Amino acid sequence: MLLPEPIQNLITALERLPGIGPKSASRLAFYLLRAPEEISTQLAEALTALKSQTALCPECFNIMLAGRERCEICESAAREEAIICVVEEPLDVIALERVGVYKGKYHVLHGVLSPIEGIGPDDLKIRPLLARVAQGAAKEIILATNPSMEGDATALYLRQQLLPFGVHLTRLARGLPVGGDLEYADQNTLLRALSGRQEMN
Amino acid sequence: MPEKPRFFRATAVVLRHSDWGEADRLLTLYTREQGKLRALGKGLRKMRSRKAGHLEPFTHVTMQLARGRDLAIITQVETLNAYLPLRDDLRRTVQAAYVVELLDRFTYEEEGGNPAVFNLLTETLTRIAGDDDPWLVLRYYETRLLEWMGFRPQLVRCANCSREILPEDQFFSPTRGGVICLRCGIGLPGLWKINVDALKYLRHFQRSSYAEAARANPPVEIRKEIEALLQAHITYLLERELNTPGFIRKIQPGS
Repeated sequence: MLLPEPIQNLITALERLPGIGPKSASRLAFYLLRAPEEISTQLAEALTALKSQTALCPECFNIMLAGRERCEICESAAREEAIICVVEEPLDVIALERVGVYKGKYHVLHGVLSPIEGIGPDDLKIRPLLARVAQGAAKEIILATNPSMEGDATALYLRQQLLPFGVHLTRLARGLPVGGDLEYADQNTLLRALSGRQEMN
Repeated sequence: MPEKPRFFRATAVVLRHSDWGEADRLLTLYTREQGKLRALGKGLRKMRSRKAGHLEPFTHVTMQLARGRDLAIITQVETLNAYLPLRDDLRRTVQAAYVVELLDRFTYEEEGGNPAVFNLLTETLTRIAGDDDPWLVLRYYETRLLEWMGFRPQLVRCANCSREILPEDQFFSPTRGGVICLRCGIGLPGLWKINVDALKYLRHFQRSSYAEAARANPPVEIRKEIEALLQAHITYLLERELNTPGFIRKIQPGS
């Protein structure tokens, strides 16, 4: 069956999204066709604004509203200049902010080093981080990359690069998750949980 | 033909992982029983996954799998050797990544198990985790792996005229997979010079056990020459650059 061009265009566009196949794409397209017009206008507006009204903060590379000089966290006077928390993705910032305890600043790398995939230091925002640390305001750098092979490799590389600056380097603790089970814990986690055990008296 | 069982066990080393769907990971494994195998790890990216810690790259594990519609799904897993030092030292991480990438590039799914290659893999990871000479561990691994994959370089006879190679400086041809004698070497394109000492070490690696090979301690220039030759041969065979050597150059301090 031949579909009118506007519908076919939408289906093709939707199919490019991750996790959406040809069937889901046509279902979504036909849903939008039947739904009230404001649903599709809102979607269209949101989509155009997504790229045009966001930008990367030039200091920490988190995502921010376009037109700002720096992101809210970087501009906030309540945030300590002396601590920088280095994370892989903007979503990690949101996860840490939800806890509400951290009062320092961030630096978003936008990825992790991966020897096998050939992702090297220049593919990430590592140089700007070094430049930031070189300015001298930072006293502590928290390496908060994920506890995976790639995250660890990134932390080790950053350690090698940051040591000459004489800053205090820390890595997020590793241990047993809430609701976890010792029986199923792997050697690596258990070893670190044991060596990082906490006083109870 | 008997029907394949729904559940099966495997001893494997995790070669690499990539994100899949909402919270799953697609794992590339090298199993002792069936060689390379891709399997799905359900929920591995969740904080409370009981399997995630056991399925990081380079881990040697024993597992239970269920045959899915196309991918096998990992149902239980336990670590046999986590090779912890590989995760605490960037040099070791990168070398392990190279070992794993090489095996991944040379093997295909459903070609069957090869216990000798599996042993070579676990032994090499153990050596990298230990204090062995890293250069030697990797060159020995490359020579052995080439041998098992059917690409043993011809080092005894000329790869062009089959005459026996005399103990003097010769040529090496990555495209012909071996040494070219001085007589044939004139006019052939893409040849590398090979020092007679480099040739001796390569032959030594080819016929010796690791314990014997590990007694070798070639000087720096010979080390560089052997490494470059093997690298050229491997790149030619794979028809593509490997990622890890480029990565190593990028993270080297001062570059």
